[in-house]
Amino acid sequence: MQLFPCPFCGLRAEAEFHFATTAGRARPEGAPDDVAWARYLYGEDAPKGLTTEIWLHTTCGEYFLLTRNSLTRLITGSEALR
Amino acid sequence: MTGWRHPTLGSEIDRTKPLRAKVDWEVIDGFQGDTLASALLASGPRTIARSFKYHRPRGVMGFGAEEPNALFDVTRNGTTTPNARATLVPLTDGLKARAVNAQPTAQKDRARWLDLLHRAIPAGFYYKTFIAGGWHLYEPRIRKMAGLGQLDPTTTPHADTPIRHARCDTLVIGGGVAGLMAARTALETGGTVWLIEQSRHLGGTLRWRGGEVDGQAWPDFVEDTRKAILASGGRILINTNAWGAFDHGLIAAYQRYVTDIHWQIRPLNTVLATGATERPLWPAGNDIPGVILAEAAHHYLMLYGAVVGRRILLATGSDASYATAAALAEAGADVTLADRRAKTPPAPEGVLLLKSQQLQSVQGRTEMFGATFNDTFLTADTLLMSGGWTPSVQLHCQSGGKLDWDADKDALVPRPGTGHMRVVGAANGTFGLAATLIEAGLPPQTGPDWHWETARPNPLIKGRVWIDFQNDVTLKDVTLAAREGFTSVEHLKRYTTLGMATDQGRTSNFAGLAAMSEATDRTIPETGTTTFRPPVQPIPFTVIAGRRRGDLFNPLKRLTLEGQHKSRGAQFREYGGWLRPSAYGDDERSSAQTEAKVARETVGIYDASPLGKLDVIGPGAAALLDFAFYTRLSTLKPGRARYALMLRENGIVFDDGVVMRVAEDHYVVSASSSHAEAVRFVLEDPRQDRFDPGRVAIHDVTQAWTTLTVTGPRAKALLDAAGLPVDCPAMGLTRSTWNDMPVRIARISLTGDISFEVSVPTSDGAALHAALEAARIKVGGHWIGLEAVMILRAEKGYIVVGKDTDGSTMPHDLGWGGPRLKRSDAYLGKQSLFTEAATALDRRQLIGLESAEVLATGAHLVPLDGPRRSLGFVTSSYMSPNLNRPIALAMVEAGHGSEVGIFHDGTVTRARVTPACAFDPKGERL
Repeated sequence: MQLFPCPFCGLRAEAEFHFATTAGRARPEGAPDDVAWARYLYGEDAPKGLTTEIWLHTTCGEYFLLTRNSLTRLITGSEALR
Repeated sequence: MTGWRHPTLGSEIDRTKPLRAKVDWEVIDGFQGDTLASALLASGPRTIARSFKYHRPRGVMGFGAEEPNALFDVTRNGTTTPNARATLVPLTDGLKARAVNAQPTAQKDRARWLDLLHRAIPAGFYYKTFIAGGWHLYEPRIRKMAGLGQLDPTTTPHADTPIRHARCDTLVIGGGVAGLMAARTALETGGTVWLIEQSRHLGGTLRWRGGEVDGQAWPDFVEDTRKAILASGGRILINTNAWGAFDHGLIAAYQRYVTDIHWQIRPLNTVLATGATERPLWPAGNDIPGVILAEAAHHYLMLYGAVVGRRILLATGSDASYATAAALAEAGADVTLADRRAKTPPAPEGVLLLKSQQLQSVQGRTEMFGATFNDTFLTADTLLMSGGWTPSVQLHCQSGGKLDWDADKDALVPRPGTGHMRVVGAANGTFGLAATLIEAGLPPQTGPDWHWETARPNPLIKGRVWIDFQNDVTLKDVTLAAREGFTSVEHLKRYTTLGMATDQGRTSNFAGLAAMSEATDRTIPETGTTTFRPPVQPIPFTVIAGRRRGDLFNPLKRLTLEGQHKSRGAQFREYGGWLRPSAYGDDERSSAQTEAKVARETVGIYDASPLGKLDVIGPGAAALLDFAFYTRLSTLKPGRARYALMLRENGIVFDDGVVMRVAEDHYVVSASSSHAEAVRFVLEDPRQDRFDPGRVAIHDVTQAWTTLTVTGPRAKALLDAAGLPVDCPAMGLTRSTWNDMPVRIARISLTGDISFEVSVPTSDGAALHAALEAARIKVGGHWIGLEAVMILRAEKGYIVVGKDTDGSTMPHDLGWGGPRLKRSDAYLGKQSLFTEAATALDRRQLIGLESAEVLATGAHLVPLDGPRRSLGFVTSSYMSPNLNRPIALAMVEAGHGSEVGIFHDGTVTRARVTPACAFDPKGERL
């Protein structure tokens, strides 16, 4: 089990966290076409290597940015969304 | 009966406390402090086990986790542990052990004839043979014969091993001299030091080989270090096996015997000092009982006074074995040292030394009677082997560490900087006390030279040479694998099962690797090593499960008023993670029918406390809820409530419930009981990512309120009798105080009758229950369980999300198409409601069904004519006591006729399609 750094609570066990989404995926507003909308809904890139993701710390309820290496599982940083 | 007990030796046994155990129904005597293996060696027969595949006789060979043969199903204190290693089981009075893989006993094993067939069953035999006709033909018989120990169903294993989480500055794994020195160094730099030792005593090889450390006699050094660790606030875990290294430095360790604890330790620094395992030698017949590892014999002699034999041959290539030979000779055994080398130290006193001795074969059947060196037969009852040492690097490799081949040390040693542990002592290839102390930073000193002359399995030897003793892999199997192309070590392992046994190949992996490198003309680093995975040693599944079983496997949420419901005769069931009354009375089914009828005729009361209650507070609350819900909520007036659907971005209905607007900037969202947590995060997501989180806050206050719902035509009368305010319009709420406690009453209905949800702070729940119960006795009516509530809501066609909907249901499938057509603002899931699939004309719709019999929930709806296919399925089905007929809800493809077939259990019955709402369709009762 890994330890994840919550920007508010510090290092906590992996089981307390949920993956939310890859960072920087803006929600298409207005009336996007079906292809763009489907891509937003289901098109996770799952990049190999360094990746920035949004995770949820379920115990404090805060979403935050987590940068990690999806290959080595090395956590390189975390920061609050704002 | 070749082993014997020395009259005085044995530092770890207490001769004043004799113990008696039964092994394969034979009495074994020993002393307090003995292990099962030492007691067997000192008093028992030599054949104590049978080998896995050929059922050959086997004896004790090692003294720790490397032991490949001495496996028993051990029963102590009413608990049977299968496949326990005799070398690691402390002897206790009354202990019962049964040899595994042998019937009736290891000595008289009925399957011993299998060894005669060994030529017919080499490695890969199963793969090649049992493919003809299909494996399932052979599987039952083979399964019966295969496997090791057996669980005893009459005894219950421990299932109460608690997990304990701990952290420390430095964790030292291994309590030998290297580990103790590492602990001492860590203490100098400050911080807490924890130490894990697999046996009962600290000191490692010092305990049988003796020695001085830093000018101190070894017992004083061990004791001083022990005290220093404890004084620093650290801990020493004995009988503890560090079984796995995981991400971020997590070490899992299992502590046994005195206390059973599954430790999860997160140290800042970890020092690995797990020592090394002695390699056997590879003459023909090296598995015959009486062939033992040299260090094991030394260990048994000094710690338990258990002498392995009377006429002992010691085959070695290292100075380190000379102390072993000397100790055995001094104890009274007739010892012959057969050294591979030409240049050796002088013979110890009383020991016959032979030089340049190549060990070729061991003679014997069920017990050895001699061995052949340089074509000369020597009589002996015991052969001790010392083929070198293999560092125990499992945890280093599990933590990501790599290995390097060190030709000088003739071993694979940890590559510095690759794992997150510092590896010291024999685990690091630093063999012997003198070298270990130098490595630990003490000035150079003298001691025996632990270098050995390289020994390898020799493929030219005639006869059967065992590489893996536990899984019965011979040298021929390895060369066969090489010939057939399984030259990768990972293939070799799977083809021959080399190193796959419960000893994890401690004595065999290196030999197999060396044999393969020789057979394929590659170097050892070119051949490579297999992957080390947790557990390092077998641990019971019950330890991994810990207390998470039975009631604690998935603990249910409990009602504050559970006791009160019980005293009213409630039966309980799980509903969405909550333990709730299903019905009041002995027979659940008939009680539910009565309750549902009473609730329509007079009044019913049920506990609705698990209903999710999320406070959404702040000036931004209305905007957030407008976005998060399919139903508009900003237009709701304070003091009013509205039924609302929540979608996810894919347009699928996620939850439904009533949202109340308590005040301009305060909403209460009632989520489904099982969904409260999830709904909170559906709201948190846009709150944090889309809106200004400073303008709206969400609090899950589900557990802060107790809610009792009063429903039925006499609901008002009951509330009146309890002194509660009833002045509340339908879909409205009032807040007031009642008997000095705050109370919130919402007139919202899940049943189709006038209903009041009465909520008080949880601490006042009992008072509310008592008041309503007193009023109920006056007014009449009944407490009703969830089964009755389910009938009532189904009569009205009210859905339960997840039961009447599935992962494709959109709001317009349920008859809630309004917002989809009217709302122009953004909300969760909006875009998904207009895709091709969402607008298809054949989408499944919610309907009601009328039938002669109660339909089976889940039964498929099929066309009455034409080819049979599924049009949908029954989602809810009950007998309605108020309509006196079966009712059902179903999802069905649009375009169905007025009648459909119901396919269940191979037969098709007919049902009439009706609107979902079967009872009071105009809603006049509200």
